This record gives sequence, C-alpha cells and structure tokens, in this order.
Amino acid sequence: MSTEDTMHNNEHDHEHHGNFWTTYVFSTDHKIIAKQFLISGIIWALLGGALSVIFRLQLGFPDMDLTWLKPILGEWIDMQGKLDPEFYLALVTMHGTIMVFFVLTAGLSGTFSNFLIPLQIGARDMASGFMNMLSYWFFFVSGVIMFISLFLETGPASGGWVIYPPLSALPQAMSGSGLGMTMWLLAMALFIVSTLLGGINYITTIINLRTHGMTFTKLPLTIWAFFLTAIIGLLSFPVLLSAALLLIFDRSFGTSFYLSEIYIGGEALPNIGGSPILFQHLFWFLGHPEVYIVLLPSLGITSEIIATNSRKPIFGYRAMIGSMMGIAILSFVVWAHHMFVTGMNPFLGSIFTLLTLIIAIPSAVKVFNYLTTLWKGNLVFTPAMLFSIGLVSYFISGGLTGLFMGNSAIDIQMHDTYFIVAHFHLVMGSAAFFGMLAGVYHWFPKMFGRMMDAKLGYVHFWLTFIGVYLIFFPMHYIGMAGFPRRYYSWTNFDTFNGFTDLNMFVSVAAIVTFIAQFIFLFNFFYSMFKGRRATANPWKSTTLEWTTPINPGHGNWPGDIPKVYRWPYDLSKPVNEEYSKKLSEKEIQEMPDFIPQSVPFSKTPETNFQNENELIALEKEENKAIVVNEEK
Amino acid sequence: MDTHIHIEEPKKPFSVHPKKFAMWLFITSVVMIFASITSAYIVRQAEGNWLIFELPNVLWVSSGIMIVSSIFMHWAYLSAKKDNINNVKVAISGATILGVAFLIGQLMAWADLVNSNVFLVGNPSGSFVYLLTGLHGIHLFGGIVFLLIVLVSTFKFKVHSKNMAQIEMCTTYWHFLGGLWLYLFIFLLLYR
Repeated sequence: MSTEDTMHNNEHDHEHHGNFWTTYVFSTDHKIIAKQFLISGIIWALLGGALSVIFRLQLGFPDMDLTWLKPILGEWIDMQGKLDPEFYLALVTMHGTIMVFFVLTAGLSGTFSNFLIPLQIGARDMASGFMNMLSYWFFFVSGVIMFISLFLETGPASGGWVIYPPLSALPQAMSGSGLGMTMWLLAMALFIVSTLLGGINYITTIINLRTHGMTFTKLPLTIWAFFLTAIIGLLSFPVLLSAALLLIFDRSFGTSFYLSEIYIGGEALPNIGGSPILFQHLFWFLGHPEVYIVLLPSLGITSEIIATNSRKPIFGYRAMIGSMMGIAILSFVVWAHHMFVTGMNPFLGSIFTLLTLIIAIPSAVKVFNYLTTLWKGNLVFTPAMLFSIGLVSYFISGGLTGLFMGNSAIDIQMHDTYFIVAHFHLVMGSAAFFGMLAGVYHWFPKMFGRMMDAKLGYVHFWLTFIGVYLIFFPMHYIGMAGFPRRYYSWTNFDTFNGFTDLNMFVSVAAIVTFIAQFIFLFNFFYSMFKGRRATANPWKSTTLEWTTPINPGHGNWPGDIPKVYRWPYDLSKPVNEEYSKKLSEKEIQEMPDFIPQSVPFSKTPETNFQNENELIALEKEENKAIVVNEEK
Repeated sequence: MDTHIHIEEPKKPFSVHPKKFAMWLFITSVVMIFASITSAYIVRQAEGNWLIFELPNVLWVSSGIMIVSSIFMHWAYLSAKKDNINNVKVAISGATILGVAFLIGQLMAWADLVNSNVFLVGNPSGSFVYLLTGLHGIHLFGGIVFLLIVLVSTFKFKVHSKNMAQIEMCTTYWHFLGGLWLYLFIFLLLYR
C-alpha cells in the first residue's frame, strides 16, 4: 500500500456526519443521489403509465362514460362523460415526454450511472459531488415545471413528444401550444442542463477515478454502457438545446427559423422564409441517439446480470464493447430515417436506409452474445435474471420490426401508424424498462441492504412480460392496416371498425399490466424497510460493489479501495490441468464458482491459465521495488 | 507477510485532473451547440429565400480585440507559471477589460445591423447572425465572470506556479471562446 492511499483513507475513515437535509436531501453522495433519481423515476413512471391508461380507455372503449374521472381531470371530461379531444393529444404528448426523458433517461441513467460507476470502478464518489447534486436538482425543478404544466387551463404541450413546428410554434394552432408549450420548453432546457451536468461527471469519473489495475478492458460492461451513453448524451443533447432555442425564438420573439408563409383563419402570418424541416433535422439528431441513451444502460445492466446468473463469463466481452461503440457511432448518422416522408431526396433516403440497416449488425452481435452466454449456463432464475431475459426477448421481437421501418420504401406505408408505436414500445420502451427493473431487483440489496421478495418478483415479471406482448403485438396488425397514431378515435372510419375488439383487448391488457406494477411498488417499498436482510454478496458476483460493506457509508469502502487484478467475468472458471490431477473431485466441486475482481492471480493457482501464472512471476519482480519503497 | 510479497501490485490506470477534464467535456457540448446552429444555417441557406447583407465592419475590430485579449490571457498564464503575480494581475485585468470591450463591440455591431434594416425578426439570415453573436456573447459573459473569479483569487495569492489548475482552466476557456468567435466570424464571412 502506498502512502498516498493511506492518507486518502484517513480522510474517509471518520463517519460522515450531517443533518437530515444534507444527508438525504441536498446530498452529494452518489448513492443517495442515485436513490433520489430512482424514486423520482418511479413516481414519473407511475404518472406516465396512468396517462397511457386514460388514453387507452378512450381508444378501447370509445363509448365509455368517463364521468368517474372528473375528480382528477375536471373540465377535460365534458358533460357527456367524453374525454376532450385536445386533452387526448396532451395525454399522448406528456406520456411520451415523461417516459422517454424523465423515466428512461433520468430515471435509468441517473439511477444506475450514479449508483454503479463509483462502486464498480472503485472510487470514493463521483468526480464532483456538487455537480452531481446540481444535476439532480435541475432535473427536479424541470420535473416540477412539467408537472405544473399538466394543470394549466389551456392544457400541457400537445403537439406530440417530438413537438414539430409549426403546430408547436403557434399558440393559435392548438390550445396546448400556448403556455403549456412554453413550460415544456423551459422544463426541457433545464432537463438538458441536468443531463449534461450528469454526463460530464460520469465520463470524468470513469476516465479519471478508476482504482489501481482497473484498465478499460477490465471494466464491467455496465460501466462501458454508461460511459458510451454519457458520451452520446454529451454530443446530442446540446443539439436539442439548439433546436429548442430556435423554437423559443420563433415562439416568443417572432423570428422565422421554422415558420414560413402560414395562413391561420384566412389571415397571413408575418413569418416568411422559415423551414419546418430544419427543426426535424435538429430534433432527430438528438432524437435518434436518445433511443440509445435510453437503451444502452439497460443492455449493460443485462450483460452483467445474465453473466452473473448464468454462472458463465459473458460471451464475447470485447465484441460487446465493440458493438456498443458501433451502435454509439452509428446512432449519429441515421437520424433522417425518421424523416423519410418529409419529401426527402430518395437517393438520400437510400443512404439513410443503408446506414440504418447497418445498426442491425452490432445489435445482432449483442443478441447472439446474450444467447450464447445463456447457452448451457447454470441458470439461476432470480427476478433480475428473468427481466434481463425479457429484455433480450423484446430486443429481438422489437428489433426485427426495425428492419421494416428502416427501409424507406416500407416506411412510407408504415410511417406514423400503430406499427411504429408497436416497434419502439417493444425495442426501446419495454426493453429499456425491463433493464431498469432488472437493475432494481439486482442491486436492491446494495442500495438498501435488504432483499426484495423473489416470489412477488416472479408474479410481477410474468404479468408484465406477457402483458407487454399482449399490448404491443396486436398493434402491429392495427398499424399494418394503416391506422395512424395519435388519432383520438377510429369509430368514424369504416375501414377500422374491424379492429374495435382488438383495441378493446389491447386496452384491457394495458390496464392489467399497469395494475401489475403495483406489485412491484409494494415489493419495493415494503422490502426497503421490512425485507430480508441481504448478505454481502447475494448473487455471488465478481464486481467491486459487492466488496463494500452491506450498507456502504460515505466513501464506499471503510479501508483501502480494493485493487483489481482480473476481468469481471471469472465465473465457473475451470480448474487447470496441473491442479485437476492434484485435487480430489470433492475439493474441486467445493471451490467457489466465481472469483471477484479484487482477488490476485497468486491466490488462485488452481484456476490460473498458463499466461496468468506468468503474470504473477512478472509482477513479483515489480513488487520487490514496491517493498523497498515501503522500507524507506 | 510472505504471502503479501507475492501479491502483484496493479498500477494506477491513466488519469488526468478531473476538473480540467470536465472543462474539456463542457467545451465539447458548447461546440455541439454551435456546430448544430451553423449547420442549421447551411441547411436553411440552401433552401433559398435568403437575404444577403454586409456584415458590420465593427466585427473586424472586435475580432482584433478578442485576439489581443487571448494574448493577455496567455501572458497571465505564463506569468503565473513563473510566479510573477503582479504581471498576472495586470494581464488578467487587461483580458477582462478587452473582453468587456469585445461585448460592447458586438452590441455596436447589432446597432449597425438595425441601422441597415436587418432585424432579429425577419429573414432568417439576419436572425441567425443575432442568434450566433448573442449566444457567443452569453458564453463570453460567463468567461468574464470566470476571469473575475481568477482575478480575485490572484489578489488572495491563490494563483501561483504550485496552484495552476484554476488559471489553466480559465485560459483554456478563454482561448476557446476566442477561437469560437473566429470560427463564427469566418463562417459568417464565407456563408453570406
């Protein structure tokens, strides 16, 4: 141990004392901030889910009397008990905004990047605890503004979560484009600041605060995923800020960046020379990477959980890193596949089709690696494992329809129908959501020192897993029949009458799935206080977070930060030839089937490969120098 | 003890000063903002209906001011490295005053634009000029605040050769703002 380390320890050995406000509210401890993000994310997920249940009621049961919702929705339910059509659009918009940004960006990255980065790379905390705290509170204020906008008399933003101008730019276009849209933009600007503060911190921490021996090729795949996610966010969120800024200028100062030759009520607006397509370019330059900002953390979490619970090293560790890098880079050059129907040059369309289809390659590599990791593993079906496998399932079934959407020729038919709704809800929404749930089940013992109830977890999993398929699978058919998304009602069209029953079915499935989430909620909050106490390493995992005390304090490790000697996937490592002769069958069977990253090769001669034994020999020599140093 | 000697000692992996690194990441995100707006400019210009006007001449002057200000900043940095604290004070004050002068120059440029009937509201070609200069100005204002912070800590003897992180970051940011302005100016000159 070097002197520098000793000094560092002494700083952190004493207990961190603070009052309630500094410990739980304005905390700079990454673990508390992660929990703040998680709880906020759960609240937002509930709200976002509840909004979707309301519009599913409208879609599945168009004749239903919704008067019973009047206490919550007030004037948005009219005298006949019908949902206001403008508010329907608001519900869809806010559902999308909340789920994409507040739940699957802040709730997912905010929780797990904050919680796992310092614990898994062996750091005392984030690079800047203060910036980390700011990141949460910017998110919080952004959330408050978005929440208040739900209660405006003119309604919240209603132009879809993509807020295309001119619909979103002109208050005359729809009531939601008034104050509701202004507050949406303000909330999102704060949200972007929060994301950038968080992202800068994640990248800085991963690059600069790794413990001794933690090279990039020894990082757990979770950290790689969070790292690349943060880089994507850092490069793409500023572009959304620009897009929003130009929109704010158009809305509030009368410029014409996006507005051009518009007549409202027979009267010409003064704006000339703007380009609404420009907004789409800027928006989707963020919008597409955002898909991977949502998905990559979940893929990382899944890699970790599947390897641990298959009791096998992850298949293709470097291929996993490579494919994540590939996805990260490609995510910036495919944005125009969202814009095939904007009158784009067909030649340009074919280029974006090609680039889009290339993403299938790294995605397929990831799927194959998950499946080959599961193959012939000693599978341990914890709830986290089930949710991870669920993710892989959605990633496949939702990813396949991506091949349809990515082709400009087919996309023109499918564009803005329920087919795309089904596609992204499976591959991005549900898959990312399952990754998040898997992460909560897996790291709950580390967060709260107690276990979640596994049986309730199984019930929650099966209801949700089947429920999600029942909701989104039928939507493919509805979409292929051509029904457009965001429409208030389809009973007026003869073509779609045949789908009334199917829609009713989807709505029932959605409601059941939503209710099933309360099982999780109960399990989560009950286990937090009354759950079975966790052991130090309940999943027999190899990564560093399980070497901390069961309830890690400020600074994470009471003594030295452990050093790292090996990669994070030494699971079921076979006994080498030399020792398989020396040891009896029984001795071999009784050996633990995992070796934590902090165990040096010199302690595990039974399982070392030849080249690893050579590593010890090499490092013995280096060690002599270190011993001499200590004697000084 | 014998067992301990045989344990291999892993090395501390690559790392740099976290705050300086975070500063570069911040600069990256600012670059993305301006890259996206200038590319929006190009895309929009290509669509036609584009008002062509002369850029105010005062922008040449403010560009010169910005370059001199950057030189002052670098002088401050080098003086701090040599523990020449008095020079640091003079140089940072110079950089700050020139920064303010630059902002005044930008405001004069806006006045010139208004006089030649180019307004924020109107053809996007004018709006873009206001937006780019304004957004750069806001970042530069942040830079001036940073300069003042460094100036105060210089007076408190907290800036010297053993304590360079703050002034280094300030220098980085100030040079970046200067470079960013030159990029924007050349861009606006080339893409009329």
